Amino acid sequence: MYAVEYQKAKSAADASGLIAKSGGRALAGGQSLIGAMKLRLAQPGTLVDLAGIPELAGIRVESGTLSIGAMTRHADVAGSADVKRTIPALAALAEGIGDRQVRNMGTIGGSLANNDPAADWPAAVLALGATVITHQRRIGASDFFKGMYETALAADEIITAVSFPVPRKAAYVKFPNPASRFALVGVFVAQLADGSARVAVTGAAPSVFRAASVEAALAKAFTPDAAKAAHVDAAGLSSDLHASAAYRAHLIPVIAARAVAAA
Amino acid sequence: MGIAISMTVNGAAVSAEIDPRTLLVDFLRVNLGLTGTHVGCDTAQCGACTIHLDGRAVKSCNVLALQANGARVTTIEGLAGSGELHPMQAAFKECHGLQCGFCTPGMVMSAIDLVQRHPNADEATIRAQLEGNLCRCTGYHNIVKAVQQGAAAMSR
Amino acid sequence: MGANESGYIGQSLRRKEDRRFLTGAGQYTDDVTLPHQTHAYFLRSPHAHARIRSIDTSKAAKAPGVVAIYTGADLEGVGGLPCGWLITSVDGTPMKEPPHPVLAKGKVRHVGDQVALVVAETRIQAKDAAELIEVDYDVLPAVTHPVDALAPGAPQIHDEAPGNHCYTWALGDKAAVDAAFAKAAHVTKLDLVNNRLIPNAIEPRAAVASHSASDDSYTLYVTSQNPHVERLLMAAFVLGLPEHKLRVIAPDVGGGFGSKIYLYAEETALVWASKRVGRPIKWVAERSESFLTDAHGRDHVTHAELALDKDGKFLAMRVNTTAAMGAYLSTFASCIPTILYATLLAGQYTTPAIHCEVKAAFTNTAPVDAYRGAGRPEATYVVERIVRQAGVEMGIAQDEIRRRNFIRSFPYQTPVALTYDTGNYDATLDGANELADVKGFAARKAEAAKRGKLRGLGYSSYIEACGLAPSNIAGALGARAGLFEAGQVRVNPTGSVTVFTGSHSHGQGHETTFAQIVATRLGIPVDNVDVVHGDTGRIAFGMGTYGSRSLAVGGTAIVKALDKIVGKGKKIAAHLLEAAESDIEFADGKFTVAGTDRSKTFGEIALTAYVPHNYPLDKLEPGLDETAFYDPTNFTYPAGTHICEVEIDPDTGVVQVVKFSACDDFGNIVNPMIVEGQVHGGLTQGIGQALLEGCIYDRESGQLLTGSYMDYAMPRADDVPSYQVSTRVTPCTVNPLGTKGCGEAGAIGSPPALINAVLDALAPAGVTKLDMPATPHRVWQAIQSAKAAS
Repeated sequence: MYAVEYQKAKSAADASGLIAKSGGRALAGGQSLIGAMKLRLAQPGTLVDLAGIPELAGIRVESGTLSIGAMTRHADVAGSADVKRTIPALAALAEGIGDRQVRNMGTIGGSLANNDPAADWPAAVLALGATVITHQRRIGASDFFKGMYETALAADEIITAVSFPVPRKAAYVKFPNPASRFALVGVFVAQLADGSARVAVTGAAPSVFRAASVEAALAKAFTPDAAKAAHVDAAGLSSDLHASAAYRAHLIPVIAARAVAAA
Repeated sequence: MGIAISMTVNGAAVSAEIDPRTLLVDFLRVNLGLTGTHVGCDTAQCGACTIHLDGRAVKSCNVLALQANGARVTTIEGLAGSGELHPMQAAFKECHGLQCGFCTPGMVMSAIDLVQRHPNADEATIRAQLEGNLCRCTGYHNIVKAVQQGAAAMSR
Repeated sequence: MGANESGYIGQSLRRKEDRRFLTGAGQYTDDVTLPHQTHAYFLRSPHAHARIRSIDTSKAAKAPGVVAIYTGADLEGVGGLPCGWLITSVDGTPMKEPPHPVLAKGKVRHVGDQVALVVAETRIQAKDAAELIEVDYDVLPAVTHPVDALAPGAPQIHDEAPGNHCYTWALGDKAAVDAAFAKAAHVTKLDLVNNRLIPNAIEPRAAVASHSASDDSYTLYVTSQNPHVERLLMAAFVLGLPEHKLRVIAPDVGGGFGSKIYLYAEETALVWASKRVGRPIKWVAERSESFLTDAHGRDHVTHAELALDKDGKFLAMRVNTTAAMGAYLSTFASCIPTILYATLLAGQYTTPAIHCEVKAAFTNTAPVDAYRGAGRPEATYVVERIVRQAGVEMGIAQDEIRRRNFIRSFPYQTPVALTYDTGNYDATLDGANELADVKGFAARKAEAAKRGKLRGLGYSSYIEACGLAPSNIAGALGARAGLFEAGQVRVNPTGSVTVFTGSHSHGQGHETTFAQIVATRLGIPVDNVDVVHGDTGRIAFGMGTYGSRSLAVGGTAIVKALDKIVGKGKKIAAHLLEAAESDIEFADGKFTVAGTDRSKTFGEIALTAYVPHNYPLDKLEPGLDETAFYDPTNFTYPAGTHICEVEIDPDTGVVQVVKFSACDDFGNIVNPMIVEGQVHGGLTQGIGQALLEGCIYDRESGQLLTGSYMDYAMPRADDVPSYQVSTRVTPCTVNPLGTKGCGEAGAIGSPPALINAVLDALAPAGVTKLDMPATPHRVWQAIQSAKAAS
């Protein structure tokens, strides 16, 4: 790790100011950022620690939405009775992130700001049409994810919470990379309150995306067979050591079908 | 460049001035001489460095010491009270859940956290919940047995 | 040891060493901190193959905390790292042994090749400074695959090895094989790849070297499986130091699996530099460095053919293998795909004629050397894959084709140089069939099919040669070292015992097993016995731990030392009891005059030996401390049958090992709990190879693509099942313990069992060819290809 300065923020606005002033980066749980710094792949001159900021904490259920504070750890989402009651798919997703030790440190806000192409949270946010709330504004899911490790966030913008509309039903199934256990293909399916079907895929492309053909199939019938029969084109999908684009294209409807069955 | 830090480690208050880039595992091993916590990888996957931070298992190689400022840390050295092994440690010995011993401290710390969250875990749950700890010696067979036995002992 | 002296033998004693490991009190190399210690970081090549035009360390030398920087040019007079086994090519020429410099000289030959050593006050400062070293590389084309490396026009890695050719070696009677093939009723042909593996002991390699100005001596703490061999090679062959001026300590070592047998550049450079720096130096590998520089395993490409008569009797086998050596010859690299491979191609079968030719190639990769099993897994994989295929082709059941060819008469001379002393292969096959509930398989397969899953069953009846090794035979085959073991039994005046062994325990539990042997023989409580290992300063000599040799060879050395202790004890007892020495019997911790109740306890004899007031000083030295060296007369031959049952999801290609059964014959067993643990671990490494693990270098750039746990799939707890294991016993006739060795069997037997099971499951889908590892992607592709072909 390269040398780094460390500051602790008192509020989201304070954090934003410290980042703007130092040109540094926000430190949430650090489960991706510290790893990248250890390998000398990231070199923020300053880390602004968001831990302990009250406005970033807490899980709230309000008229048809579930709001999760940005610094909520994955393990706490997984264990939350409110989450299990309103959108159990999110608790299950959180329980499958990384491993237990990572879930005890990693946060939803950190994961979304990082936007790893194989992260799990982006699939939930995109499929459910969630709103990412920052200390300055509200960003719709469809506007938030911009590409590999890229989001709509400004450099000094701090996510404070994510607001999920409660769907009729939803589920996430991850097909893991055998080595990293990140999603080789992760599919979040949802039938929203208005009855529409949404399918978001992570791990398969440079950034999370909606699988239009699977959505179209599920719009006709929200059944595993319908999902499985959908065709996904391999063009634009990732190809690497662990999976060709064709294999990922094949897996998406298969995994979507399993998610529909679990929803 | 030094920043003051203080925390409770295995029940004792400690404080120091550290380089901000100091990882918690290095603080424990180098500053405090608690070498029972091991480093087996650089991508936070092997879990040999697992300790408890405010009662929860975390990978101390992937946490800055400063993130533990003011916290309560327990390492493998802090488990056995006056000479008596913690039930999970005893179960690992009884079930031959360790061979070279290198992954063992992290495995035991992880197993205790696992049992606290899943007191009645079946074999499949235990295996899934051990995802964050690699062992190259035991093939996990006896570790799974040890966690089951340790869980039973911890509930008594 | 007589069969009636059971004592602690055969008991699953809980391990003496566990308490320190469970409480964080273990002392691994990285836990060693010496006063005024400095820290090392190695600058490594980012290129697979390049000429070094220049190295400029001037900026780095001025960086904060830097104590010294060394490059290859500084190591004038330092030798290269040696290879311990000479293989002679079929044309009579010796293998090519190009230099293996401690720090690169003129050229780098694999990604990770060490270019400079930076010594600084802290590890971070050393790493920061290394980034300031400017190396001007002239990047050259690279070759990473052994077959590519031997092809005409391949990039030339060493001037000393034209065409990257290290040797072409052969074993067996080619004419007899050709004749047998000519009259065969059936010939089965198979092409396969034995995938390259990265050992991944969870403790990375590490070293702490120091020099003492007071007597010009060195002390090296190092992650080693064999500290005496390390000392011999480093002192005599590389640094030119007097051997007695170098003490090598291998303290607690966090797993080895072969990768910590070898003399590596890093610890050698540290010892050399410690005197120049005048302070201790510590180096600990980052995991990324382990991936790049630990000696890898396997990496064979093989074509095999099996000739059978009309009844499925094996007539002959023909094997051609190309093996990668990597960029340099590691310590035992050359003997792995030859002596430890081709000699095992008879397997458990009476195949009368076998011929094997092996071509070894240099490649722009990390060196390849022994990894758990070492040559024997590769041989077993060839034999058990082709036996399966022959059975399928000829319509003979998998257990039946094996039974038709089992060796049943011992001793048995194979056509590939070994003489099996004993075994009962029907017994272990029967045992495995029972464990695996083979009778119920058809019903399980049908039930799985209802769920849309494909079930398969795979056999592997393996044999290995362990207990390395008779030194004279090894010497005739090219070994440049002896392969005996040393043991010392020191009886302390109060009757407690300290055992010094040349074997090294890095997970095997010697502190318990060896104590069980000693306590049983001497009739004393096992808690009164401590076992010391891993220190050239305390132990007479040792060849270390590898090849499942510790109990069979190291344990026997201790038994021989115990013989001497008991022999001397009888002399002392005879004196005290005023009886003839020949009338003294020793049992249950008592020296007794035969046929009387007159006796002396072991403790009384021990005290007398050290307080020799009433003692035959004119005939006998005081003290009770004996050393023995044991050189075995033959290898030992553990064998068994493994049966794997898999369930495959054809939609995703995911292979789940639903059941794994292993019935092994390890000869006599001292501690069944420890033996089972060794089997579990070995099975998981074998399943890892077959299901998950594979080291991949980019074929063009030579970059390691599987350079971290993000891309190299290690077996985790939920990748493997709980195992069904059992043993059958034919006592080994070679050593007095009757023991054969158990450390590698799991890794040897399991890969073909798993792949055979996968092929069995995929047979209905038309799949006939599959290489390891059977990843979901690869299995899915195999299913798609079969679909497209049909």
